[in-house]
Formats: sequence, C-alpha cells, structure tokens
Amino acid sequence: MNIYALVKRTFDTEEKISVQNGGIAEDGAEFIINPYDEYAVEEAIRVRDEHGGEVTVLTIGSEEAEKQLRTALAMGADKAVLINTEDDLDELDEFGAATIIAEYLNDKDADLILAGNVAIDGGSGQVGPRVAELLGINCVTTITELKIDGDQATVVRDVEGDSETIEAQMPLLITAQQGLNDPRYPSLPGIMKAKKKPLEELELDDIDLEEDDLEVKVERVDVFLPPEKQAGRVLEGDLQDQVKELVQLLRTEAKVI
Amino acid sequence: MSKKVIVLGEVRDGALRNVSFEAIAAAKKISGGGEIVGVLIGDSVQDLGQELIQYGADRVVAVEHPHLKYYTSDGFGQAFMAVHEQEEPEAIVFGHTALGKDLSPKIAAKLQSGLVSDVTEIEGEDDDAVFIRPIYSGKAFEKVKINEGPVFFTVRPNNIEPLAQDAGRSGDVSSLSADIQNLRSVVKDVVTKATDGVDMSEAKVIVAGGRGVKGPEGFEPLKELADLLGGAIGASRGACDADYCDYSLQIGQTGKVVTPDLYIAAGISGAIQHLAGMSNSKVIVAINKDPEANIFKVADYGIVGDLFEIIPMMIEEIKQLKVNA
Repeated sequence: MNIYALVKRTFDTEEKISVQNGGIAEDGAEFIINPYDEYAVEEAIRVRDEHGGEVTVLTIGSEEAEKQLRTALAMGADKAVLINTEDDLDELDEFGAATIIAEYLNDKDADLILAGNVAIDGGSGQVGPRVAELLGINCVTTITELKIDGDQATVVRDVEGDSETIEAQMPLLITAQQGLNDPRYPSLPGIMKAKKKPLEELELDDIDLEEDDLEVKVERVDVFLPPEKQAGRVLEGDLQDQVKELVQLLRTEAKVI
Repeated sequence: MSKKVIVLGEVRDGALRNVSFEAIAAAKKISGGGEIVGVLIGDSVQDLGQELIQYGADRVVAVEHPHLKYYTSDGFGQAFMAVHEQEEPEAIVFGHTALGKDLSPKIAAKLQSGLVSDVTEIEGEDDDAVFIRPIYSGKAFEKVKINEGPVFFTVRPNNIEPLAQDAGRSGDVSSLSADIQNLRSVVKDVVTKATDGVDMSEAKVIVAGGRGVKGPEGFEPLKELADLLGGAIGASRGACDADYCDYSLQIGQTGKVVTPDLYIAAGISGAIQHLAGMSNSKVIVAINKDPEANIFKVADYGIVGDLFEIIPMMIEEIKQLKVNA
C-alpha cells in the first residue's frame, strides 16, 4: 500500500506565546511534529506493518522542518519529502498549502493519506480535506479508529462526542483525532536508521508551481494576545460559607446561573 | 457593495443549532444589506425554514433527499453545491462545528477560494470586515482579511450574538431537488456518547475534571452538577491520559477549545496546554486542593479544598436557590 502522512512543524504545546513585529515570536521556542500529525504518522506505520507497502512523510516549510521529518523517519516511516518554500514564498494560506501538496501527490497514486485533523498553531483544519478534494479522493475527518480491508476502510469518526462508524471507499484521506493511537517514541536504533533513510528536498519549480499560483486569498493583518486574565478572588472562611458565597456570586455578580 | 450571503442552517436531533442563528447574525454584518439565504440539508428539514427566517434569513432553500439523513461530505457537498449554483452567492457562512469543519474546506477547494475558519468576532462591516480568530488554541488571536474571491468563513459557536427571534418575520421557503449519488462514505452506525445531548462546543456551562477526580466514578458528582446547570462535562488531558474518561471530553491545546459562560474546573491544576483550551471562558471557577495551582491565576472565583466536599455542597446550594426562585 502506498501511504502518505502529512505533517507540520509546530510550536511545542508547552510554549508560551508572545508577539513580536506583528507575528508570533519564535526565538528559542521548541518545535515538534504537530501532535495530531503524530497520530497520523503512527497510524500510517501501523497500517504499513499490517498490510505492507511504504510510508512517506511529507511537509512544507523551511530546512528547519528536516528535524521533524527525521523524527517521523525514526518512528518508522520509510521516506520523507520536504517541499521547501522558504526562498519562494513569504506567506502561505491553506489554499496555497493544499495546492502544493495536491500538486505533489497528483501523480503518486496514494492509496491512503493521513493527516492531523488540525494543527495546533493555525488551527483551521483545512489543509487535509482540501487536499482530498483537489485530488478527487474520498475523505473522512476526525477519526479514532481505522481498519482496512481491500479497497474498503471502516473508520470510527468522532463527531462532537458521538461516534459514527463509517464505511469508506479507498483511496482515502483521513484526518486523525486524539484517541486514534498512542504514538511511539523513536527508539535509539530507529534514530540511527533514520539518518540513512531518503529525505528528498524539493522546491516549487520541481512540482511545476509558481509563486503566482499560490497568492494568498486570506491575509493576516495583525496578531495580538488576549487580554491577560486578572487573577480573581480566592474565597475564604468556613467551606460551607464559601460555597454559599460562590453560588451567590455566580448568580448576582457574574449572572451565569 | 451589497453581497448575497448563503448560510448553512445546521440541524441536530431534528432542531436547528444555535450556531446557525449566530451565523445569520454574522452574515448580516458583512452583507452590506444584501440578501441572506438560509440553506437546509437533510432528509426532512424544510419545516425548520421559518425559524431561520425568524432569526434573520430573508428566504430559505431546502434540499431534501433520503441519502441526506446522515451527514456525509459527498452527500452534503453535492446538495450544497446545487444550492450554490442556483444562488451564486458572494459570501458563505457555516458554523464551526464538526459538520462545518468537515464540509467547509471541501467546498472552498471546489470553489478555489479562501476560507476563514473559526471566527470569534468580526470588526468593521461590509467590504471592510476584518475577521478575528484564535490561533495557538486561543493563546493568541489573528486578524485576517479576504483578498480575493468569495467571502467564506465559519463562526465558532457561542461567540457571536444571534439576532433576536422575530416571530412576525416571514419569507419564502423553497425546495431544490438535487441528485445525491455515488456516496463514497456510508454511515453504518452512530453511538451517542455526549451527556444528554449538551455538546461541549455550544454548552453555556462546562464542569471539567482533572486528575483530582481520581477515577471514572469521580466524574459522577461533576456530571450531576453539569446536569443541574444544563451544561456539559469536560476533562483535562491528565484525566483522559489516566483513563478516567473518554478523549472526546478533553479540553486544551490538544483537544477541544471552549468558551462557555461558566467554566468550573474541579481538580485541574491548570497546565498551560489546558489553559489554552478554556481561558477565554467568560467566568471561571477553580476548585483545587493546592492553593498554588496555576488554575487560580485565571479563575474569577476560587475555592481551595476537596472537590468531593465542595461539589456536593454546590449542588445542594444551587438546588436550594432553584427552589426559592
């Protein structure tokens, strides 16, 4: 089976966010594979181990994303592709990102494409489904279970707490929801092997795209932090009285119950 | 310039979801006085058309088909595109729900258009509209504008005030027939897990538990409190990782991002990744044994103590209040 996992390099979830020159300050931040994409990579490896085939991890970004690709290779992916847009593009929106990925995948005959259901930085959750649409293949989002039998997949989809069991035709793009699996940590031999696995670096030219094809439709005009929440009141006194006071405050001051 | 806007009215358990009324209010803001057309898709939804009109739609187009009983992106995509072809709108608004998140990027790809997901606020009106949306799960926000193509966005539930329902408003509800065929995905079974149908993303009240609930049964008092307040229960990553509850309840940077009117955090320490998912709630109550817990830094009201003592007391107190009211 020809399997692709789409990954994005993102800030570590533990990072504090600060704003600098109209953007998010990246100095000294730790970067990781977007956690939802990590589920996608793990699932891709499991599907390959069960059904055979090859897992390719794909990302768009700068050379710095090589580190996250190596991590995915160390987990067990077979090959990696970095589409390096650093020299060509200043801005990239979801339309552009999906166009690039779909253009690359267009002639690859993927049987299964896995992605995270959302990236924890931009948070739009658009790129996966857009890619499926551009490739004209079936797509199911936010899945927590995947079984493949021939050209048919059975998936469980998380729908705001409800679970739908869906029979889906392959080729298929799925986006991973939490609970799909527990991603493995790369082992030491895995890390050693990853250094020798193929990592192909491409530029827009290589996939017949130009800057003009990717002009942003949606443009960021500002970034700001939410107003700092003032620490409120910690109540005091007898516990029973505190609870009474709390309920009163919620009713009369906050007016939420 | 005035814009014709189509707004998808989302139906769950036979009723329209609030977020659809919020989407209509958002549509009005950017329409410049243009027509607002509600869209209903399902196997039996046309009767809900008048309600969309009472909340501000000028007219409604309904697509009904037996294959639209359950949401599939192929089925709803075909139905929506049939409406789109008929109406040729300049703008499209969906709710940022499971359905909206799944369908909107596919429609945007079909239309080769931009899409602004998860809008919490709109500044300015008409062509000058600037959309505000959370990034880094609400640790920051960005303002974006649409440079080219249709104005297409999804609104996060519970953030944009809907228009007041006006029972006197009336308008045309028409049906459009569409071929719904070649569905590549088929829904075989649905298991409902959410408590009493109150979904976290739309809940006005959320009672969330962390490691401090100590086990699956520790969620029981939280559930009782949530039920009493007509709310939903949620959880921290710690509680989910410890198998006290299902991952679908997780709130945080990985997990759901919620903005209820009232968020009660019980036995949650307040790791930065959890705060990202809930700190934009309107009122936050923290209950924790540890007076140094981070959660108190974002809480409006805090009680230091054992949640298993405090939650039952709250339940009694609120019951009393309801009796007296």
